Amino acid sequence: MNRSISLNTLQEGQSARVERIASRSAMRRRLQDIGLTSGTAVTCLGRSPFGDPAAFCIRGAVIALRDEDSRDVIVSPS
Amino acid sequence: MGLTAGSTGLNAVDREKPKEEPGGRAVALAGNPNVGKSTVFNALTGMNQHTGNWPGKTVAVARGRIQLEGESCQLVDLPGTYSLMAHSAEEEVARDFICFSGAGAVVVVCDATCLERGLGLALQTQEITPRMAVCINLMDEAAKKGIELDLALLEKRLGAPVTGASARQGRGLDALMDRVAGVLGDGGPEPEPVRYPPAVEKALDLLLPAVAPALKGKLSPRWVCLRLLEGDPVLMGTLEGFLGGDIRREAQVALALEQAGALLRREGFDRDTLEDAVAKALMQRAEEVCRGAVTCRDEGAAEHSRRLDRILTGKWTGIPVMLLLLAVVFWLTITGANYPSQLLTAAFAWIEGRLAEFFVWIQAPEWLSGALVEGVWRVLAWVVAVMLPPMAIFFPLFTLLEDFGYLPRVAFNLDHCFRRADACGKQALTMAMGFGCNAAGVAGCRIIDSPRERLIAILTNNFVPCNGRFPTLIAILTMFFTAGAVGVWASVAPALLLTAVILLGVAMTFWMSRLLSRTVLRGVPSSFTLELPPYRRPQIGKVLVRSVLDRTLFVLGRAAAVAAPAGLVIWIMANTRVGGETLLALCAAFLDPFARWLGMDGVILLAFILGFPANEIVVPIIIMAYLSAGSLAELESLAQLRELLKANGWTWLTAVCTLLFSLLHWPCSTTCLTIRKETGSAGWTAAAFLLPTAVGMTVCFLLTLTARLLGLG
Repeated sequence: MNRSISLNTLQEGQSARVERIASRSAMRRRLQDIGLTSGTAVTCLGRSPFGDPAAFCIRGAVIALRDEDSRDVIVSPS
Repeated sequence: MGLTAGSTGLNAVDREKPKEEPGGRAVALAGNPNVGKSTVFNALTGMNQHTGNWPGKTVAVARGRIQLEGESCQLVDLPGTYSLMAHSAEEEVARDFICFSGAGAVVVVCDATCLERGLGLALQTQEITPRMAVCINLMDEAAKKGIELDLALLEKRLGAPVTGASARQGRGLDALMDRVAGVLGDGGPEPEPVRYPPAVEKALDLLLPAVAPALKGKLSPRWVCLRLLEGDPVLMGTLEGFLGGDIRREAQVALALEQAGALLRREGFDRDTLEDAVAKALMQRAEEVCRGAVTCRDEGAAEHSRRLDRILTGKWTGIPVMLLLLAVVFWLTITGANYPSQLLTAAFAWIEGRLAEFFVWIQAPEWLSGALVEGVWRVLAWVVAVMLPPMAIFFPLFTLLEDFGYLPRVAFNLDHCFRRADACGKQALTMAMGFGCNAAGVAGCRIIDSPRERLIAILTNNFVPCNGRFPTLIAILTMFFTAGAVGVWASVAPALLLTAVILLGVAMTFWMSRLLSRTVLRGVPSSFTLELPPYRRPQIGKVLVRSVLDRTLFVLGRAAAVAAPAGLVIWIMANTRVGGETLLALCAAFLDPFARWLGMDGVILLAFILGFPANEIVVPIIIMAYLSAGSLAELESLAQLRELLKANGWTWLTAVCTLLFSLLHWPCSTTCLTIRKETGSAGWTAAAFLLPTAVGMTVCFLLTLTARLLGLG
């Protein structure tokens, strides 16, 4: 079992599985709506020119998330 | 950009939630954003709802008619949503339509390349109504990515009709219509419901017997029970209105709800964890449905989009490529428009001469030929000659980029700047729409979920010049700043200068967004998710036809419709004398002292004021005002126009200030009406009017003051 990290620290090209979403805000709902429930596989595809946001592959779709939002997604790298 | 008759005409200010179709013969199209719902809609109805490769483009509900088994039926294109849990305005519209309008059937359009997420929405829809069909679109893209789908297996597991389609090629739609007709006829068997964790199921079992009778068959009991357990206040209000009373007040329901709530709390559920469990169960079911039915043979096929992204959003290349693209689009527009514009101007001037001769020949009174030829015709001719060529080049180019999927990348690249301004990255998309038409840009702000960030985007949209202002900017730039240029520079310089002007507008957007965030619209940036769709090969032929027919000619038509009467009014003002002075001269003289402080003159400011209905007519008003003042030159080229302006005291400072004021002044009347409609507030409309005006006046004033102090003006 890998140690848990925040989604925003995932390196480009690195994949992980979602453990839980730590935030209680509206973001939690948003993330679940785009399919980011626990157990989902995510891959970091790259960062925007200014370093934030980053693009992630989630269930076949490419979705950009800001660091401050992806920070609350706890994942275990695979 | 959604720039069609519906989005920029008066309709833009009169959009409502979908209405009920008598007899229940309405079919709704639901689906995640950017799965090609609008393309399906167009293919089915033969309409031309604007489509583009970016999520959230359909901000309003479109309606059309289709024939199902010989019977006419309404087709409703709902805004794209990720779920029906109503976390945003679009989701609420979509959910309310599916639940409460008595839609005969719902077609959930899914993206074959990310089916699980689409099926999540389908499963939610299925909980509300069994009359659902699934249309898996983009089968062609899935095939390219090496994704194979077993539609029969999906259909069996889902318990609802499933058809594949490639709507852009028009494939698979007949089959879809047949299946929809079947669903509309009879709902088919009840599908297997999504199973939730045992505690939730126990709570549902407690609640169902009490709730089901109270609904009188109007809504799915299981769905209502789930929502009662979640207790979303907005939905409870809608439900109360729909059922004609709060069912939670009915003794049996209240009791059952109490027991179910206690049970859930005992099992460790609160509202958050309950919603988590529901969301997770839905996604797990979607995974189960897809397992074995969706297979990906070629994992590397998505590499193409990734490679492009590495260039178009790369750390070192993203921003330079973006600026380069912008400059190239402007260069092509200006260079390409130059010659046809000259040709048109000369042709219209020749026709003007013949028209004048004709009026002499029929011995028409002088005021009539003056009003029609010098008034109506001249303004119309200007608007067409100067606007048509750049628009006919700019719109198709822009649409190609849009179709290709570049716009979300712009939002991705620039989001950091918007975040610094405490605003939303999707504002970049609404700005891009503003290039076409600010009214469309303002309406497009609906894609921004947070009300605070949406207001910021609405208030600052006007800092992006719309197509009505482009020709003015281009004309002034070419006349005053690049006339002496030679060689390659002569064609590149105007494009670079225009890019610089646009960047100034963008910078203003950032600064003003930041200012608003720190003052009247204080708050923290809200959460932000932006989908980056795969790049698609643009449908060049279709883009050309649609952007010329839908956008160019429509926008031109609207400008001409305003320009003709405006020309008449201006001519009357220029020829009605009060105490020896024309009305126009009087108004201009009145404004003159103030306008001088802004580096302009009374005529220019008056033109901006009279140009309130449409920015396109600002320059023609200026020309007519100067011409009526005596110097009756024939205007056949921009060079002659420059001489006319110079004869009326224009210096480089006048040109710069006019340019800046054109970029930074009040929104046109259509945009103001749209802002009123979107914000529902006269106060914010006034703010949207005053903010750019104040900025423009300040900038022009400071520039003029500096230039004069330095002895340059």
